[in-house]
Order: sequence, then structure tokens, then C-alpha cells
Amino acid sequence: MKRGRSSLKTFPSHEGPAKRQKRLATRFPLPPSPDWGNLPHHVVLQIFQHLSLVDRARASSVCWRWNDVFHTPDLWRRFEFELNQPATSYLRSTHPDLIQQIIKKHAQHLQYVSFKVDSCTESAEAACDILSQLVNCTIKTLGLISTARPSFMDVSQAHFVSALTVVFVNSKSLSSIKIDDTPVDDPSLKVLVANNSDTLKLLKMSSCPHVSPAGILCVADQCHGLRELALNYHLLSDELLLALSSEKHVHLEHLRIDVVSENPGQAHFHTIKRSSWDALVRHSPKVNIVMYFFLYEEEFEPFFCEETPVTHLYFGRAVSKEMLGRIGLNCPRLVELVVCANGLKPLDEELIRIGERCKSLTAIGLGECEVTCSGFVEFVKMCGGRLTQLSIMEEVLTPDNSFNMEQIHSEVSKHLGRIWFPDMMPIW
Amino acid sequence: MVVNSVHWFRKGLRLHDNPALQEALSGADTVRCVYILDPWFAGAANVGINRWRFLLEALGDLDNSLKKLNSRLFVVRGQPTDVFPRLFKEWNVTRLTFELDPEPYGKERDGAIIKMAQEFGVETVVRNSHTLYSLDRIIEMNNNSPPLTFKRFQTIVSRLELPRRPLAPVSQQQMSRCLTNISDNHDQLYSIPSLEELGFRTEGLPPAVWRGGESEALERLGKHLDRKVWVASTRVKTCSLYASPTGLSPYLRFGCLSCRVLYYNLREIYMKLCKRSSPPLSLYGQLLWREFFYTAATNNPNFDRMEGNPICVQIPWDQNPEALAKWAEGRTGFPWIDAIMTQLRQEGWIHHRARHAVACFLTRGDLWISWESGMKVFEEQLLDADWSVNAGSWMWLSCSAFFQQFFHCYCPVGFGRRTDPSGDYIRRYVPVLKDYPNRYIYEPWNAPESLQKTANCVVGVDYPKPMINHAEGSRLNIERMKQVYQQLSHYRGLSLLASVPTIQEEAEPPMTDESQSSSGPGMRTPGQVSDDVMLDTWSGVR
Repeated sequence: MKRGRSSLKTFPSHEGPAKRQKRLATRFPLPPSPDWGNLPHHVVLQIFQHLSLVDRARASSVCWRWNDVFHTPDLWRRFEFELNQPATSYLRSTHPDLIQQIIKKHAQHLQYVSFKVDSCTESAEAACDILSQLVNCTIKTLGLISTARPSFMDVSQAHFVSALTVVFVNSKSLSSIKIDDTPVDDPSLKVLVANNSDTLKLLKMSSCPHVSPAGILCVADQCHGLRELALNYHLLSDELLLALSSEKHVHLEHLRIDVVSENPGQAHFHTIKRSSWDALVRHSPKVNIVMYFFLYEEEFEPFFCEETPVTHLYFGRAVSKEMLGRIGLNCPRLVELVVCANGLKPLDEELIRIGERCKSLTAIGLGECEVTCSGFVEFVKMCGGRLTQLSIMEEVLTPDNSFNMEQIHSEVSKHLGRIWFPDMMPIW
Repeated sequence: MVVNSVHWFRKGLRLHDNPALQEALSGADTVRCVYILDPWFAGAANVGINRWRFLLEALGDLDNSLKKLNSRLFVVRGQPTDVFPRLFKEWNVTRLTFELDPEPYGKERDGAIIKMAQEFGVETVVRNSHTLYSLDRIIEMNNNSPPLTFKRFQTIVSRLELPRRPLAPVSQQQMSRCLTNISDNHDQLYSIPSLEELGFRTEGLPPAVWRGGESEALERLGKHLDRKVWVASTRVKTCSLYASPTGLSPYLRFGCLSCRVLYYNLREIYMKLCKRSSPPLSLYGQLLWREFFYTAATNNPNFDRMEGNPICVQIPWDQNPEALAKWAEGRTGFPWIDAIMTQLRQEGWIHHRARHAVACFLTRGDLWISWESGMKVFEEQLLDADWSVNAGSWMWLSCSAFFQQFFHCYCPVGFGRRTDPSGDYIRRYVPVLKDYPNRYIYEPWNAPESLQKTANCVVGVDYPKPMINHAEGSRLNIERMKQVYQQLSHYRGLSLLASVPTIQEEAEPPMTDESQSSSGPGMRTPGQVSDDVMLDTWSGVR
């Protein structure tokens, strides 16, 4: 019963029920009671699968049988390492002893692994240390997630890259990788491709400033099974879109593009040729193209001048009336439009045009904008019941001669075919 | 039998619409009005100088009003559990009255006091006058749980009977039947402390922008109603960031103004102006939001925190005391945010749009710091921060509860500029930037160096650099929020809007107790508006 116990310092050992029963039975002969320690392995396994990690760990200290089940490979396929420092986060951390246990006993069982780190560099470094030790594993999915500020960016690039490539080299069957906001670079992508090109299906690497367009092009060229890709606009190129549309390549399902500028006038955004977009859509007619914009108003010039096959559009800052007009003209595949802010002039015309021409639009969200009630009703009439998500801040709607604020909700509900209200903010 | 009453003021610092006080007076031989103050608390508690000053002024006003009725206010130092046994004995108290406090902490404290009073053979009488409705009734009508969307709340409220009518203020006649034994050393034993006595330094303290007390509240009420008429007639969409002489929120919080008096005054004016039978619920905007949060909080002792709070989404906020301090002290480097936080600390009140801006900046917009930290700063400095309303609003604004969409992020530059294009608000509260032109006043770090020098304010030297890159910050944060919400709703799709789960409340059929409200919304026969009640409350206490 003492097997493997020494490293589990946190989980106190108890005298097993079997031993205790035996001792008691000699003094007080009892009718034979069920021996929980003798439950079939698969039964205990099923029960364990419903327990939280902490409860499972406690249960594992009960007897050697249960301890055995605790270490069944099946229970270690999925693991989320939580690495937080008390000074920077409210969240608890995975116990270091447990981490050691896993590395020692279960590295080879891990298949779906994620690391959640807080904003402290120490946490990200701890994640890298664990990664470096995951040799002899067959990891399929890997996620590096920062729950607050991106602390992976504070780790030395060399340390990070060497840790990451350990997994890239050893796993050989990676299918899904999330490495947003990390210092991953072109050479590491080459290593990824060299070892996992047949299996890679999903790659999320938004805001990875050390990667170049050539680096990501290498991935698209070699990984023909890639179905989901997330990156920043500066990595997007005509060549990339064409590579993703090559004959050997599977249909692309999701493409997410973040367009971010740090300071006005500092970033110059290139344009993507319409022919490249067309090629992509021809090759993958059902592809979802998600674009998140965080730009200053004057930086939008290069975008939406021609038909762009975007399906989900989010403007995280103010976007001009003119741009919203362009979207109505050039985004026929649009499914969701979310606008954080625009300004004080009514957007009736632009909104109605979007309702007219974006026939697939099912979701719209408007923050700090202005739309007259009549204009809004006309928009809703045009879209009708296909609008499943309609999130409009109450202050967006300006009452006019036809509708006031009390009437607007019933009018809109009528055209939507369900009860609808605008979003409200407390006015205390 | 001799009846010696004690009325315990906590909130409800007024003589008008005070049913509990009326109960104290009814058939009593003597009556004493007490306020219990724990001075030790002043230094330790999270209450700033403006809130103390407002409270002390409100107490002073009560004392003055009671003087005119041949009575006085008894300010007793200590804690209620220690004070009451002493007073019960000393004054031979037979009846204790107080206004119902629906907040969880209040209910617990009062439960203990009622029990103790019983042991002393003291009768306790509690009356509800801090909220428009009985909160328990609202909860009962919503299948025994508080409504979690404002629309649902409004729907339920629209099916209730009108709030109980406000009572007239305590009259000379009523008071003359009861005696108050005022000892010669009353001022030594029971006086209202000064700010200095509470440990505050008052040299150089500017005069209060918001004067505390019932008298001030009632004067403002008149002006508030006049302004409502003006706004209704001109259909102007106003947003004044500056302290308004007609603002009423701090007075509602302390109970210097009865919420029911405000309610009925608004109702009367609307009915006069619009000649329609039923005013829309939007007329009572502020009052209903207050009621909504009180209802949501009354049975939830963990309402003001994330951990252990069943309605609060568990979000992995960052802990960063340095960043929090910069925000709280108005040193973020974003003039819009800094001006708001400065006005808050100096005056104790900021416009609700300003609250949205700084709350978003601290939490889900930029700094990713917990709403609890922001709530505590507001609790300290904001005059109208009720426990329920403050906590509830912070949860709402940080998208931690009430099923809020998180996509609309207030830009600390753009939102400010759209709210006040003139930039004068910045010039007033961040005077070091006053010589900046409008083009750069919201983003001084973008101004060319030559301009910064001519304006006598160089960023990084005379005014801090922006503490965060907003585009980066908001980009990261929207991802975080999405991660949290997608886990919650098990949503795996691409829609940003669909990540937030929708509550079934709206779609559900109407609530319990349908028989009680046989007439649908908007078809209630309005009660008679009694002119006498209105006049009394206006002229009552001057």
C-alpha cells in the first residue's frame, strides 16, 4: 500500500479499510460486508471519471487498488496545468507535487494538454519547464493560454522556443495547437512542420510578433490537412491564401484574422488581391472568415475596397460611417457584424444597405452608435426572422416621429417573431 | 402602561414619509430619536471624507428639524449590540422602531437586535420605506427568485399595485403628544461629531458640492421636477458631466429623500403634462434601477464578491495593486479617465456615463482588474453608493453578471471625446492639460513635442504617459471574456454575440400569482393623487 506514496506528500495516507476491517473482525465478528477495495477496476474507473481531480487524488490514498486506478492511463489523457502566483491571481495552481507525478508517470499518456497561466512571468516559465520535460509523448492538442496579461511574451525567446520544440519534435502527431500571444518564431514553425505536417489540423497563433509571412507560408505549403488558422493581418499574403487553396489542401473551415495597430500612422496595411480571396472561396466555399479590427478610424483605407468574403466582422474601436457603407457594398457573405462604436450621426442608410445586401446576416451588435427608430425598424423588417442575435444598446436608438422608445420594442418584436428588447445600462 | 419609544435612524434620515417614526410616536409618552455611530470605524472603514461630511450634515439637519419640534437627535457612540442594552435600561424603553433595511448585512444585524430587544421586553416595530415595493413580493412573483434582467424586473413591477403612498412628515401636533427628555448635558453626551473628531484633516478642504440633509433634498426635489418638465418639453438629449443642482441620488441613498415621494411627484407631473392615464416605466428610470439591484441583493450575502456568489461569473482577473492605485488616484495617463476619477474624489459624484467609462477601463476594457477593487474605491468616495446598487452596477459594467454582452468596450479616448467634444471637462479636473487644443487633449501623448512644450505640459514629465496600450489591452480582454463565456455556455461557434448565454426569463410564460393581477400591464386604474400629501411633503420640514 505504500507504493508510490513518498512523492505524494500532500495527500495523507490512511490505513486501508481492508486492513482495519481485518483487525476489527477478530475482536467483533461481523457479517461479511462489501469490500470496497475489491470493486472491479472498470467500475472504479467510471466513478473516478466523475470526480474532480482533488477528490480523485484523495480517493487514490484509500487503498492500493484505488491508487492503481488513479494512475490508469485513461485518466491522464486530458490535463490542464494551472500555473498561478498568489500575488497576481485569485486562481489556485496545480500542486507542484502533482505536476511531478504527472511528468514521472503519465507524460506518455498525455494527449490533450493545456497550460493556463496568469500574468506573472514565473507562471509562464513554469509552463515552459513542464513542456521541456514532455518527451516520449504523443500529444495531439496543445494549448498555451494566458488568462490575463500575456506572460509568455516575457519569457526569454530562447527558453520558450526550445521548450516548445521539445513537444513539436517528440509528439509527431500534433493536430491542434493554440499558441496565441507567444514568442514563437519561424524556425520553430519549421520544426513543427517537419514533424507534424500530416496531422496538423488547427493552428491558432494570433499576435505572435516573431513570425513572418514566410514562416506561416511554410506551414500552409506543407500541412495540407490544415482546417483552422488564426493569425494577424501582417502575416496574411496572397501567397498564403493561394497555398491554402491548392489542390492538395483540404477545405479550409475557419480563418481568423486580427488587424491591430499600435499607434496611428505607424502600421501600413497591405491589400490582399481580390483574386486571392476568390481562389480561397472557390476552393473552400463554406469557409468562415473572421476578422477582428482594432484600428484607428483613419487606418481603414486599404480594407473593403473590393468584394471581401468575410463572414464575421468585429470592430473593437470606432469605425467610420464610410466604412460601414463599404461593408454593405462589398461583404455579401457577412453573417455577423459587431460594432463597438461609431459616432453621433445616424447610421440608417448604412444599416439598411447592409440589411439589403448581406442576405446571410444573422447577427448584429451595435455599441456607441446612433440609429433612428424608423431606420432601425426598416432594417429589421428587411432581415426578418433570420436575425437570431440582435444586440443593440438602448442609447443607440433615437426616437423620431414614427416611433418612441416604448413602441420600438413591440414593433421590432413583431418583425423578428420573438420578444426583443434593447440592451440596457444602469443609470444610477 | 407607559410607552417610551426609541426610533433608530440608520438610512431613512428624514422626517417625511417615515412610517417607522410615526409608529414610534403613536400613543407614546416619550420618544427619542437615535443615531448610532462607531467613530473608531471612521478611520478603519472604507468611507472617505465626502461621505462622512454628507452624513454629518444630514444628521445636523435632522437635529435642527427635531429642535423645531421640541426634540433632539441623540447621536450615540458605539456599536448597536453594546449601545442598546444600555439605552433600554437607562431610558426604560418599551418600544423600538426602525426602517426596514433589506440588505443582507442589515437583516442580520437587525435580527440580532430584535432578539435582544425581546429579551429586554422591548416591542420592535419595523416598517418598509427605503424601497418602493416589498422586495420579497417581487421575488415571490418571479417564481421565488430575484429577476436577473432589467426587462423582467420591469415586467413584474408593472403588474404590481402602485407603491404605498408616502406619509406626511411628522407634525408639531404629533410631537407635542410625546415628550423628549433633553438633559442639560445633551450636547456633551449625544452631539454629532465633527470631521476633526473623526480623525479627518480639514484644512484646505473645499466646500461640499453636495450638501447633506433632508432640507437640501426637498429643495432639490422641486428643482428636479421643474427640470424634468423642461427636458420633456424641449426633447433635449442632455448629458451634463458636472454636478447638478437637481441631482438626487445621494439623497435617495441616505434616505434624506423618500423614494416614494419622488415616485409620486414624477407620476403627478407626467399625468398633468401628458393627460394619459399611465406613465411609462421609463419615467422612473433611476428609481427602478435602484430597486432592481436591491431586489437582486437582498437574499444574497455574497452579492459584493465574485467567490461564492451564485450570480457572478468567475473571471480570472489580474491582481495588480500598482495599476489599481494609478486608476484610483487618477494617474492613468488617459485624461478622460483621470478627470473622472479626480471629480469623484473631489466631489463624491460622477455622471453615469463617466461611471461606465472608468468601470470598463478598470475591468474588462483595459486593466483586467477585478470589479471588487473598483467597487471598494466607489464605496469609499461615491456619495450615492448603496451596497446593493454599487456591487450590482459593478458586476453589470464588468459583464460579470446579468447576462451582459461584452463586445462594446468604451475607448478611454474616443468615448470621452464623443461625450464632451469641447474638452472643458478635462481642463477643469486635470488643469495641467488646460492649454492643450481639443485635437490632442484626450490623447496628449500623440501631440508633437513642440506643442507639448508650448502647452507647458510634457507627457512623461508633467503628466503621466498612458499606462496601457488600449488597442492591445482591449484585444486581449475580448479574447479572455470570450474564453470565459464560451466555457460557461458550452458554445463552440464563431459568433461573438452567441457566446453570452441568454436567460430564459424573457421567453418564459408569465410568473406566479397571475390571479392577483387580473388586469394586464398598463390597465391599472390610477389611484387618486392626493394634493394634500404632495403639499405636506414640500412645506413640511423647512
